[in-house]
Amino acid sequence: MTVGLQTFETLRDASAVVGRDPSARFLGGGTLLVRALNEEAADFSTLLRCTDRVLVEIRASGSRVRIGAGVTMARILASRELAFLHPAARAVGGPAVRAQATVGGNLFAPPPYGDLAAALLALDARVSVQSGYSPRDMPLDEFLRTRDTMVRSIVSGVEVARPRGERSFRFLKVSKVRPKGVSLLTIAARLEDSAGRLSGVRVAYANMGPAPVRAAAVERALEGRRLEPLVVEAAAAAAANGCSPPTDAIASAWYRREVLPVHLSRLLLGVA
Amino acid sequence: MSHVTLDFRLNGTGRTELIAGGETLLSLLRHRLDTTSIKQGCRQGTCGSCTVIVDGEPRLACITLAATCDGCTIETAESLPGPGGLHPLQQAFMDHFAAQCGFCTTGMLMAAKALLAANPSPTREDVVDAISGNICRCTGYQPIIEAVLAAAGAGPSGAGQPGGSRPGVV
Amino acid sequence: MEFRKDLFANERDDDLNEVGRPTQRQDAQGHVTGRSRFFDDYALPGMLHMKFARSPHHHARVRSLDTREAAQMPGVVRILTSEDVPKKVHTLLILLDLGPDDEPPLAFDKVRYRGEPVAAVIAESESAAAAAAAKVRVDYEPLPAVFDVEEALAPGAPLVNEYHGRNWYDYNGYDFRKIRFGDVERGFREADHVVEERYQMSPIEHAPTETGGCIAAPDTAGRYVCYTNTQALFFSLETAARILDLPSNRLHFVGGTVGGGFGGKVDSVHEPLALLGAMLTQRPVRSAYSRAEEMQVSSPRGAERFYVKDGVMDDGRIVARYARIYFDAGAYSRLSPYGAVKAAAHMPGPYYIPNVWVDARCVYTNRTPSSAMRGFGVTGADFALEVQMDKLARLVGMDPMEFRIFNAYRDGDMKAHRRVTKNAALIECVQAAARIADWPLSERFQAMSSTRDGGGERGVIPPAPAPGPGPGKGASGRRVPPAGAEAAATTARPPAPADAPTVASPARSPLAGRGRMSSLLGTRRR
Repeated sequence: MTVGLQTFETLRDASAVVGRDPSARFLGGGTLLVRALNEEAADFSTLLRCTDRVLVEIRASGSRVRIGAGVTMARILASRELAFLHPAARAVGGPAVRAQATVGGNLFAPPPYGDLAAALLALDARVSVQSGYSPRDMPLDEFLRTRDTMVRSIVSGVEVARPRGERSFRFLKVSKVRPKGVSLLTIAARLEDSAGRLSGVRVAYANMGPAPVRAAAVERALEGRRLEPLVVEAAAAAAANGCSPPTDAIASAWYRREVLPVHLSRLLLGVA
Repeated sequence: MSHVTLDFRLNGTGRTELIAGGETLLSLLRHRLDTTSIKQGCRQGTCGSCTVIVDGEPRLACITLAATCDGCTIETAESLPGPGGLHPLQQAFMDHFAAQCGFCTTGMLMAAKALLAANPSPTREDVVDAISGNICRCTGYQPIIEAVLAAAGAGPSGAGQPGGSRPGVV
Repeated sequence: MEFRKDLFANERDDDLNEVGRPTQRQDAQGHVTGRSRFFDDYALPGMLHMKFARSPHHHARVRSLDTREAAQMPGVVRILTSEDVPKKVHTLLILLDLGPDDEPPLAFDKVRYRGEPVAAVIAESESAAAAAAAKVRVDYEPLPAVFDVEEALAPGAPLVNEYHGRNWYDYNGYDFRKIRFGDVERGFREADHVVEERYQMSPIEHAPTETGGCIAAPDTAGRYVCYTNTQALFFSLETAARILDLPSNRLHFVGGTVGGGFGGKVDSVHEPLALLGAMLTQRPVRSAYSRAEEMQVSSPRGAERFYVKDGVMDDGRIVARYARIYFDAGAYSRLSPYGAVKAAAHMPGPYYIPNVWVDARCVYTNRTPSSAMRGFGVTGADFALEVQMDKLARLVGMDPMEFRIFNAYRDGDMKAHRRVTKNAALIECVQAAARIADWPLSERFQAMSSTRDGGGERGVIPPAPAPGPGPGKGASGRRVPPAGAEAAATTARPPAPADAPTVASPARSPLAGRGRMSSLLGTRRR
C-alpha cells in the first residue's frame, strides 16, 4: 500500500486533519504504524507528523513534570528529572527502539506492549489531548478506556507528579527472555507512605487486558495499611480481579492469571 | 502518492533523493542506494539486523520512514573501515569469532558503535543492554560481547593491536 | 578449552594441525564488512516479486480457484497455479529413492495444512503481489482435520494425505520403522523394576534472522540462475530440476551464504516456483518468506511423542527397553520419514541394553509439514531417554552420573541395530564432566573405561525369541508380527561389565570409526 506523509507546524492544524480524515493517523516514533505498513496491515493511507516544539519538551515545575508526547524513551533515560521513569523506559525494546518509541505512541500500544503507559497510569498521569481545535486534559485511565476513539485526536503530552521517596514507585516487567524480551505482564505501583501507612496507592498492569488497567481491588487491599506479609497476601489474592488477560505467543490468559499474584507479591515485598 | 525531496548525509557523502512518503529508510538505503550491509530480517523492529546510526543514535531502518530523516547524518557498516583497514570493532569481531552466519553482524556492529560513541568504557552490562535489541539466532552472544569489550579496551583511536588479542576460544 | 590428550592416546597419531587451534573463518571479513552477499543482496534490474495465496483452512477440498480478479490488480505480471507446474506432485526424499511423491508445490484438489500455497502471484512490487494474492478467490469445502499423532492413527480419523492412503509412512510394508534385538518380554520378566513413561516434544521453529528465499533469473543460452539461501545447494538444484522437468545443467545455483539455517532451509520451496516464474516471465523473480510466513508456514521440527518402557535390575543394569515413537510429519513427508528413522536408531541411546524393541511411526496430521531441524529425531529421543535415565537411576538408588557410566557402551559391545561399538568415549566424557562440575564419583566408577570390559557376551547378537506378539500386544501397531509361542529362554542373563580386564583393543588408524557424513543433510548418520 502506498502511504502519504504530511508534516504540520502546529498541533491544531494536524489535529484538524486527523479529526476529519478517517484514513489519517498521527505518527509517533513509527514502531507500531510503520510496522503495520510493512506487514500490509495498515488501516490508514495518510500519516501525519508535527514539528510543534510542545511535543518534544520536558518541563518540570515543582512536584509535577510535563512530558511531551513526542519525547522518546531514550530522552526519558537522558533526563534526570525523570529518573523515576527510567526503569519503565529502559524496559522498552533495545536502544534503537528506545531512540524511536515515544511517550504518546506507548499510550496506544496494544498488548504485549505498553510498559511505560502502565507506569504512567500508576502515577495518576493526566493526558493532554488535542481534538480538532480544542485542547483538553483527562485522567490517563479514562483515556485508556476509550483509546480506540482517541486515534482521531492527538496526544500532546502527559503530566505526572513525581513520586515521593526512592522506594515509593516500583516497576516490574516480567519476561521469559533475558536480558530483554516481550512482556509477559508488567506491574507498576505507587506506594507512598503517610505516617507509616500506605496512602494514595496506585497499582497498574500492562498485558493483563486489552489496555493497561488499574488494579482497583489491589489498591483497596493496600490503602491505609502497612506493607506486611498478611496485607501483601490479601493484595495478591485480589491481584487478577477484573482482569481479562490476552492469550498470545508468549503466554496463555490462564498462565498470566496464575503468575500475576506471585509477581505482585514479590514487587510489594521488594524482592522482585 | 506524495513524493518529497530528502537531503541527508550517507556515510560522509551528501545526497538528495526523491522519496515516497511511506518509504522506509531500509527500502531507500538497501533497495535503492545499494547499501546492502543493512539486512532485512523481520520488518517489524524486533531483530535489529537493519540497525543504522542516525545523528549518533542507533535506529532500526525498517521502521523508520525515510522522510523523517531529512537533514540527518546516517551511518551504515559500509562506513566502518578507515584508511588503515578494518575498524577496531570489525577487527575485534574477527579476532573473537563474533560472526557466525553473518546476518546479524552488521547490525550488531552499528549497535556497538553507537554504544562506544556514547560510552567509551562500557561495562559488560552496558554491552548486553546495547545489543539487547539485536537477535543472533546462531546464539553467539558471548563472543560478540567479548569483542565489543575488547574493542572498547583498544582505545578511542581504535589503533589497539589489530589481530593481536587472543581469540576468545570457549 | 581443555584437551584431554591422555585419553585414547594409542588410538590416534597426535598430529592434528587444526584441532585445538583457532582458525579464522574464510567468510569472517565479508561478514564484518557487510560485503558477504546473501541471496537478497543480488537484487537485479527489472526484478519481480512473488507472493502466495495461502489456505486459511487446516484441511479443505478445493472446489474451484479463480485468479481473474487478482490478475487485474495493479502491477500483476503473472499468476502461477498448479496447472503451470510441470511436475504437479513431488517429494524431497525421492532423491534418496524414498517415495511416494506426496506434496504439490501449489495445491490443487485439496489443502492439507493452514498456510498451504494455492497460487503464486508475480508482480512489480512485493506489496502489489501481496495485495493481488489476497484477491485470489478459492472455493473451499472445509474437511475435518486431525492434529494429534495418535488420533490420526485411530480408526475413522480423517485421511490427511491421499498419496499415502493412510496416515502413516510405509516402511517397506510396515507402518513403523522397527528395531528388534534380543527378547524384551523376557527382559521385562526378569527385571527387578519396570518403568514406563510418556514424553512429548513440541514443534520448534528455526526462526533464522534471514528468512528463506531466493532470486531466480533468466541467464544466457536458455539457462537460469538462482541465488538462494538453501542449506543444500545441489539438493535444491536437483529438486527444482525435477519439479520443472528440466535437465539440471539448465540451472545454475549460487549460494553458500545462509543467514541462519538450522535445518530450516533445505525444503527447497522457493527455488522451483521462482525459477518457473522467471521462465514464464523471462524476468528475475524474487520469492522470500515474510517473518510471519517464516513462523507460520516454514517447516518446524516435528513434534515427537515417545513411550519408553524400561526394565532395570537392582544393581543398575538396564536389561530391556521397549519404545514407541510417533513422529509428527504434519501434512507432507518432507524429510520426516528420515527423522523418524533417526529417532528409532537413537532410542537405545549410548547405552548397552541387551533387549530392545522399537517401533517408530511417521504420522501425517493437518499441521504444518515438519522437516529437518538440528538433529531432528535425535534431539527429541535424547530428551526422552535421558530424563528416563534419571528416573531409572533414582529408582535403583544410584548416582545419575555413575548410572550412566555403568550402562555406557564400551568398545566391542553390540548395538541394538547390529553394529559393533567402536571408539566409545561416553564413560570418559562423564568422568571428565563430573570432575569439572565437582561431582563426586566413587572410585569404582572413576576406574571404568570405554576400552575395557566391553564385547565378549555383550558383543554378540542375542538370539531372537520365536515370533510373538511383542511387548506392545498390538496396542497401536497395524501389522504386528503374528501371534505365536512364547520364546524359550535361550539366552543367558544379560552380561554385566566384567571386572576382569579383557584383551586390549588393537591400535586403530586415526580414521577408524569416523562417522559417515551425509553431505545431503549435513547430519552425522549412524
